[in-house]
Amino acid sequence: MTKTRSWMLALAVVLGASGVASAQNPRDQAKSQVEFGITVAQKGLWQEAVFRWERATEIDPTYAAAFNNLGIAFEQLGKFEQAGKAYEKALELEPQNLSIQQNYDLFKEINDRAKRNTGTSGS
Amino acid sequence: MTAPRGTPGLRGASLALAGAVLAAGVGCTSTFEVPIDTPIQAKLDVTPFSRVHVVGFISGGAEDVDANMETVRLLRSQLRTKSRLRVIEADPLPLQQVARDQARGPATPGAAGPAPAASDVPSGMQFPEKILDEKDLEAYEPLFANAAYWKKIGEEFQQPLIVTGTVIFRPHQASGIVTQEREVYDQFGRRTVVPTRVYMERKGYILRPKLVFIDGRSGAVLYQESYREERLYPSQQNVPALSSFFEQMDAVLPSFLNTLSTTRVRGSRIMLK
Repeated sequence: MTKTRSWMLALAVVLGASGVASAQNPRDQAKSQVEFGITVAQKGLWQEAVFRWERATEIDPTYAAAFNNLGIAFEQLGKFEQAGKAYEKALELEPQNLSIQQNYDLFKEINDRAKRNTGTSGS
Repeated sequence: MTAPRGTPGLRGASLALAGAVLAAGVGCTSTFEVPIDTPIQAKLDVTPFSRVHVVGFISGGAEDVDANMETVRLLRSQLRTKSRLRVIEADPLPLQQVARDQARGPATPGAAGPAPAASDVPSGMQFPEKILDEKDLEAYEPLFANAAYWKKIGEEFQQPLIVTGTVIFRPHQASGIVTQEREVYDQFGRRTVVPTRVYMERKGYILRPKLVFIDGRSGAVLYQESYREERLYPSQQNVPALSSFFEQMDAVLPSFLNTLSTTRVRGSRIMLK
């Protein structure tokens, strides 16, 4: 009985602490949206991921990871203009982040190819 | 004999601490690699067409590869498997002869039947005996602008999308400093790869295809694109011309297919938490 009570107490402390934090900190609220977005993106539900990551950027407009993930989702959906803007915002917020830079470089290669497709027809 | 157990309260607290540490640890794992499949829209809207006809190419360069026949065969086989368009199986047109006939005037019968004269064939344009490089193709260029001729071909094959153009595949030699990777073993037998710069004679081939897409209903050029590929090999390495041709065409094919259908580029990105 005592064992069960102490377990519950410990759990309540952990959950309570995180609940208080999420109620106070927009970053934590945004983070839960980002995490959910990652879970659904890994299952291939990219539209839902976009919704989650857009919400995250609304809650915390300084959250570089959310913008980075949004860039990836827009790329997957073929929305290059929006992808570019999202990556650029992520880089603006965290210019030293190598993962974002790497994603952006790979995106630019594909974007250049897509631009060639639309820009040279009829030549 | 059993190990001493802590009091329930202490155990609970230590478990809670372990949980918090674990949660913090999970929090540190902030990158997730995800595969993505980016769609690249087709360069041409081919919805009005149900069929495609690769009619042939004006070609030249290396004598041991028939660049016209090989290009026709390769493009047709790619279109059969990677596009929704039905591929017309017909003998390639003798376009070089057609271009010469058109330049001579409308009364001259061509090998592929009477060819409407090109309106803008410059008078006195000389057709070279052999096509060796890009300059030799200039006299043939007006053929692709001859809408009347292509319209006629289109009518013959129930107005398909027509694919034609020019292909030059020619030998090339070059010498100079190149970077090579060399294996080096230290005194403990550990292997490292060191880049070294060496002078080398190399030979290979240059591939210059120009692909022209023509509307079989009107004879108008819809789109055209030129490519340049080059492969050089060490001079002691004997690479057959045909294998080099296919190696270089392999690099051109994704772009060719992307002209007619939306392609997907596979890659991976890093998601962050």
